[in-house]
Amino acid sequence: MELQAVLMAAGGGSRMTDLTYNTPKPMLPVGNKPLMWYPLNLLERVGFEEVIVITTKEVQKMMATDPKMKIDVKMKLDVVCIQEDGDMGTADALRHIQQKIKTDVLVVSCDLITDVALHEVVDLFRAHNATLAMLMSNAHEFTETVPGQKGKKKTAEQRDFVGVDQSGKRLLFMANEADLEDGLSIRKSIMRKHPRMHIKTGLVDAHLYCLKKAVVDFLADNKSISSIRGELVPYLVRKQFSKTTNSPKIKDDNLKQLLISSRDEPLLQLAQERSCWNDHRGDMSEAYHGGKLRCYVHIIDQGLCCRVNTLAAYIEANRLAPKLFEEPAVHPSAVISERCQMGSDSIIGALCQVADKTSIKRSTLGNSTTVKEKVKVTNSIIMHGVTIEEGCNIQGSVICSNAVIGRGADLKYCLVGNGQRIEPEGEVHSHKHTK
Amino acid sequence: MADSGVTDEPGTKDDVHRAKTEGKELSKEEKQRLRKEKKQQKKNKEKKDEKASHESEKKKNKEEKPVSAAAPASQPPTQPSTQKAPSAVPAPAPVPVPVSETPALADKPAKTKADLKAERRARQEAERASKQAATSKPKAPPNELQPVVKRLPEHVQVDNPGVLKKLAKKLERQQIPLRLDYGYKVSLFSHLHQYSRKAPLTQQLSIPSTVIHPAIVRLGLQYSQGIVAGSNARSVALLHAFKQVIRDYTTPPNEELSRDLVNKLKPYISFLSQCRPLSASMGNAIKYIKKEISNIPSQCKEEEAKRKLLSCIDCYIDEKIILAAKAIAKSSIEKISNGDVILVYGCSSLVNHILCEAFEKNIKFRVIVVDSRPRLEGREALRRLVQRGISCTYVLISAVSYILPEVSKVFLGAHALLANGYVMSRVGTSQIALVAKAFNVPVLVCCETYKFCERVQTDSFVSNELDDPDDLIVTRKGKTQLEHWQDVPSLGLLNLVYDVTPPDFVDLVITDLGMIPCTSVPVVLRVKNVDQ
Repeated sequence: MELQAVLMAAGGGSRMTDLTYNTPKPMLPVGNKPLMWYPLNLLERVGFEEVIVITTKEVQKMMATDPKMKIDVKMKLDVVCIQEDGDMGTADALRHIQQKIKTDVLVVSCDLITDVALHEVVDLFRAHNATLAMLMSNAHEFTETVPGQKGKKKTAEQRDFVGVDQSGKRLLFMANEADLEDGLSIRKSIMRKHPRMHIKTGLVDAHLYCLKKAVVDFLADNKSISSIRGELVPYLVRKQFSKTTNSPKIKDDNLKQLLISSRDEPLLQLAQERSCWNDHRGDMSEAYHGGKLRCYVHIIDQGLCCRVNTLAAYIEANRLAPKLFEEPAVHPSAVISERCQMGSDSIIGALCQVADKTSIKRSTLGNSTTVKEKVKVTNSIIMHGVTIEEGCNIQGSVICSNAVIGRGADLKYCLVGNGQRIEPEGEVHSHKHTK
Repeated sequence: MADSGVTDEPGTKDDVHRAKTEGKELSKEEKQRLRKEKKQQKKNKEKKDEKASHESEKKKNKEEKPVSAAAPASQPPTQPSTQKAPSAVPAPAPVPVPVSETPALADKPAKTKADLKAERRARQEAERASKQAATSKPKAPPNELQPVVKRLPEHVQVDNPGVLKKLAKKLERQQIPLRLDYGYKVSLFSHLHQYSRKAPLTQQLSIPSTVIHPAIVRLGLQYSQGIVAGSNARSVALLHAFKQVIRDYTTPPNEELSRDLVNKLKPYISFLSQCRPLSASMGNAIKYIKKEISNIPSQCKEEEAKRKLLSCIDCYIDEKIILAAKAIAKSSIEKISNGDVILVYGCSSLVNHILCEAFEKNIKFRVIVVDSRPRLEGREALRRLVQRGISCTYVLISAVSYILPEVSKVFLGAHALLANGYVMSRVGTSQIALVAKAFNVPVLVCCETYKFCERVQTDSFVSNELDDPDDLIVTRKGKTQLEHWQDVPSLGLLNLVYDVTPPDFVDLVITDLGMIPCTSVPVVLRVKNVDQ
């Protein structure tokens, strides 16, 4: 077996608590499918047959029981539960399942929605015998107004500085703005080996990593590393150029473990020696500068790749996700009356009931939603089990599951939490109506 | 050809019939004539064209006379001779129309030369077809008597849809995706595959590859991206991957290792040849492995068999590659003297090894590295030599005639040595050898014996490799002129990889068996086969 897939679905969704305080993040509906479905679909499409899913008990229960949240994938899902409240990072979770890992792993986050050709990332991993290969994308601005936000205030995101070499594939430098106090400092040894480095800040990390098995074993011994993205990846990127890694006598046992050589190392060396290929030119060193630890990144410019970890991303995902699958926009079991005006880019879930004289444009209606007469829904996301009474006008809002919007309510750019009630004739504007 | 033993008797149709009825053994021409008549009759029934059959009748009549009367061997055919395709069966004799026959011809209605040609050709086709069917049985016994026929690899024929279909079916059976050709191919090379590096075969494979062993997938990727390039490197990497395959192999129940493992290797080899066509050295290595696997006795336990195979592979690499390089270096160093100026082309691992060894022995020489686009492998050779401390000059192949007056010897590496003495090497090698010959500079080719190939080739067209044409596109000062070459209908980019050098340009071949002239290659092959 070449690669084992691991899906990290235990994240809390700390940046969108309004949505996740009742529904766990992996189960949030995007385009009427649970968020977890998208990475699982990606893995299934490329040919994986088994996935290890690390998640919480709550999600596991929802997966098994809730019919609205049916995840229909043909793969075998090996669900491993971890404590929800325990401060388990992604690396801790990997350490937890170390016994199950028999070969190299592909770690995917549950909030990744993408249509990238996965073989590009894995090919980098295979061809260069890399220790780490990851996926990043050139981010773009979100244009939709985020409900509940007054004005166009953008929260200050901590930037990530990513340094790649001239070919754009080799990862040379990775740091978060928070970790850099005075400024960005780059070691001379890196500059000597790679005189041309491109430093990018606008990249979105897709949290998709191919890791060698030796890294998982290394994690098992180094309990101080708790997050893959925050700690493990920068560590590996730094260690590519560390003197201890490249010297013949490796003193650090941890590193020795990382650089576990294959059984026929002399043969591989011979092949590399005899091959007339070099990954760089201009200096006297051999391919890869003789380094054994290599990290690669694949940066995509086009195509869909978004991580649903903020409210804005969630809304954006709802717009774009339906393009990923070819199911009909209107579920066959939905009951739509004839005098309803429905735009072609709206999605109606199963068992919906939409009455006369309604207008639904650019919106998503969840399963089992009831929309009564003379309702206008524009640019909104309506989750499952919502009831919208007559004469409502909903614009640019997010209505969570099982909410009830009273008659004649007027909602603009709002977020209505789970199970909330909006009074009839209520007028809510740019407000988060949650418990 | 078939006109041996021509009798001077007028052998008319009546003669033949007489001979038959008398039970006499028919002479060769008579037999031929008989066969022709039979086919003619068959053809006449099929042919709807009255004129043609009429013509053929007349032609037949006309033929009998020349065959009997003339000495065709001495008389060159006055009629434009049709192209006689070489067939194993004696083709109908060329029809010379002797001068004596011209008065007879005048009687018949005038037939144009083209008509006769076409008609003759059609008859030949029919005869050949029926002969194949009719004489297949008599042909079988002679084949059995021959020694085991060596199966040479089939020639690549991409422009033949029948062959392509067969290949597609074979790949489908082995569950390997078919790699599609890319871009417009120059017509002279349209029978070869041309792949794009941006469309790797892994696109069509499932990611945790189950059908193909991960080591082989990795190897295929490294081949197609050029990370493992060079004849020796490719063979070593291949054997390394095979070692991993053998380690991970378990014999399924009710199967024998010796047969099942060979069957397991077949799809891997197809996959690798789809990623990049196999080299001659790889082919020989694969043959060796298959032979070793088939020779495993059936009562051998699996662990022991695997261990034996792994040690065989190690042995092969040691003998054929590492020790051979040492032996070749020892012989070559005798040929390098102080004050020599040695010209090398591209990056040959063996030649670099030789030069480094010679430098260790404190021989004072300098090297001129010749390089060519698009691969520019000379840069890597330059780096390796300069790193050792050898003083080098670097030129592009366009300057080779300017630099040759300074050169005292030319050392070339080889991808394969063909059975007729031709050297197959990186494209540009034959040019260097030609120019060196013109300047009377000795050309020495260094090649291990495991690269000797039973193929025979006299030109670089029949069997070659086409690399990605987009490699030829270069960006200078921000402008990429050839960026949209596909839109220009009359433009084709050709990126050849190999060419063949005739043995007249090569003065010496240095192998691990010694220093031999180019024409001794078949002897070495024969000796090798006897050993095996």
